[in-house]
Amino acid sequence: MPLLDVQNLRVAFHTRNGVVRAVTGVSLSVEKGQTVGIVGESGSGKSVTCYSMLGLIPMPPGRIEGGTANFDGVDLLKMSRAELRAIRGRRISMIFQDPMTSLNPYMRVGDQVMEPLRIHEGLCKAEALPKAIAALAEVGIKNPEERVRQYPHEFSGGMRQRVMIAMSMITRPELLIADEPTTALDVTIQKQVLDLIKERQRALGSAVILITHDLAVVSEVCDYVNVMYAGRLVESAPVGELFRNPRHAYTRSLMRSIPALQPKGGTLYTIPGMPPDLAKLGPGCAFRVRNAENGYLCLTDRDPEIIEIAPGHRVQNCPGCLERGNA
Amino acid sequence: MSALLQLEDLSVHFPKKRGLFSKSHEVLRAVDGVSLEIQRGEILGLVGESGCGKTTLTRAIMQLQPITAGRIQLEGRDLSHLTATELRLARLNFQMVFQDPYASLNPRLTIFSALAESITARTGPLEYEDIKQRVAALMERVGLSPSAALKYPHEFSGGQRQRIAIARALGPEPRLLLADEPVSALDVSIQSQIINLLLQLRCDLSLTMLFISHDLGVVRFIADRVAVMQNGKIVETGHTENVMDAPQHEYTRALLAAAPGLRRTASL
Repeated sequence: MPLLDVQNLRVAFHTRNGVVRAVTGVSLSVEKGQTVGIVGESGSGKSVTCYSMLGLIPMPPGRIEGGTANFDGVDLLKMSRAELRAIRGRRISMIFQDPMTSLNPYMRVGDQVMEPLRIHEGLCKAEALPKAIAALAEVGIKNPEERVRQYPHEFSGGMRQRVMIAMSMITRPELLIADEPTTALDVTIQKQVLDLIKERQRALGSAVILITHDLAVVSEVCDYVNVMYAGRLVESAPVGELFRNPRHAYTRSLMRSIPALQPKGGTLYTIPGMPPDLAKLGPGCAFRVRNAENGYLCLTDRDPEIIEIAPGHRVQNCPGCLERGNA
Repeated sequence: MSALLQLEDLSVHFPKKRGLFSKSHEVLRAVDGVSLEIQRGEILGLVGESGCGKTTLTRAIMQLQPITAGRIQLEGRDLSHLTATELRLARLNFQMVFQDPYASLNPRLTIFSALAESITARTGPLEYEDIKQRVAALMERVGLSPSAALKYPHEFSGGQRQRIAIARALGPEPRLLLADEPVSALDVSIQSQIINLLLQLRCDLSLTMLFISHDLGVVRFIADRVAVMQNGKIVETGHTENVMDAPQHEYTRALLAAAPGLRRTASL
């Protein structure tokens, strides 16, 4: 049984400008110890998918309209707030993009790192402090005995992200959700943070969901990748399979527009048009208007279904987007 | 061929502040003896981590930061001893494009006003019809419809705003465009549009560009030559292919090794 099994999740935001369907029929699963990537552009619904499971989207205007999210056999979407609170930060924890704003500037770093232990395991400060120091040492922070008394502003960006990792892993969570954990960081620091997440993951056997827009990062750290577009999963496959054999037109377009993968001198491929307005999305293939391959074959009357095209490789079945035959 | 911009032994030092009343003679060498040349029509990529002095270097070139030592020469003319008026005119030769297109446009100016302001900065006051024509031409050049001229920045998407920022930078017909992480805040699909636009502009206007980025993939794609900066010093310069394929300096190798997926995905 997978650790997390999301089926047909649907989330909408009811705003003045209409109903924004942020997540439509997303199904994904995470095995124990696995690293799963969710890739997509801004507004593709990758963060909302994860936040909604943990009850972290503002409701209203947000509303979970359907689906299940079974975590270890229990549906997260049916839990009360108190039950969710007992899971968040203990069995499922999160790392956010911006280490500058996700730590409390008024609290000493040590107090923040030990907070999950004090809340979830009822430890007193004296019991939790040595564990916080050990956790900071494990993420490679030097002089942790002194550093616990410092405030976040005394840490650099990379070091703050390390503090976040120490804090989120201190309760040995079964699932870590990392939302763009390295986007705000330099390349060398990015590598250190990704290596650190991998290392802690191996040490604790946690599963990781990595939300990112960077395909290069995904290719490096993930076992399995889900590509999202306009609130839907368009393609999901094991990482090697996805990069070797991308079947959906959107996945292929994304890969063709990365400068690092293209020969120099030419012009880069650009996906024509703009991402669709999720409040005005009609039925049919959402990528139709931007599909330069053979968009005229895309479905217009009904939403494409997800089919399993090869073992473990699922893709939206739209004749205009799907590459037929052998790639 | 002479260089468009020549930096000779450029240094910018800041005094390190200690306490409120204690005087300290220590200095922070933000830019430390940098010598660089940018040829006409060339795109020079500048890479390095945050805090290595990239931004201070660009501020020094823009004449926004007094320099401690060295010389900045534009087309053979030394810029370090200009009067205020000369400086204001000289500055028109450099224009910047910043990372965050949301923060770098004035939210209370329409696109028309913003572009008109940048055009008349060089030309002086112009007839309304003339300005209108130039603004329209500028907007078309960066791939925006002139009919959107009376809109405000918030009505545009991130990619479009970056186009506006580029149009505004092109307004005074600069000799050198300083692009500070112009695509880092953008999504992959929009990033490729902006990169194509910059390459297109280079072709059309034979624009010279200093392209600052920490994304080595983007730099490899866009830059003719690369300069690698560490702790205020340029540790390696050379043609992009040479630097990326056969890095000489330890630090360049470390940067390349840290770049995610570059080698692995490229070989797939």
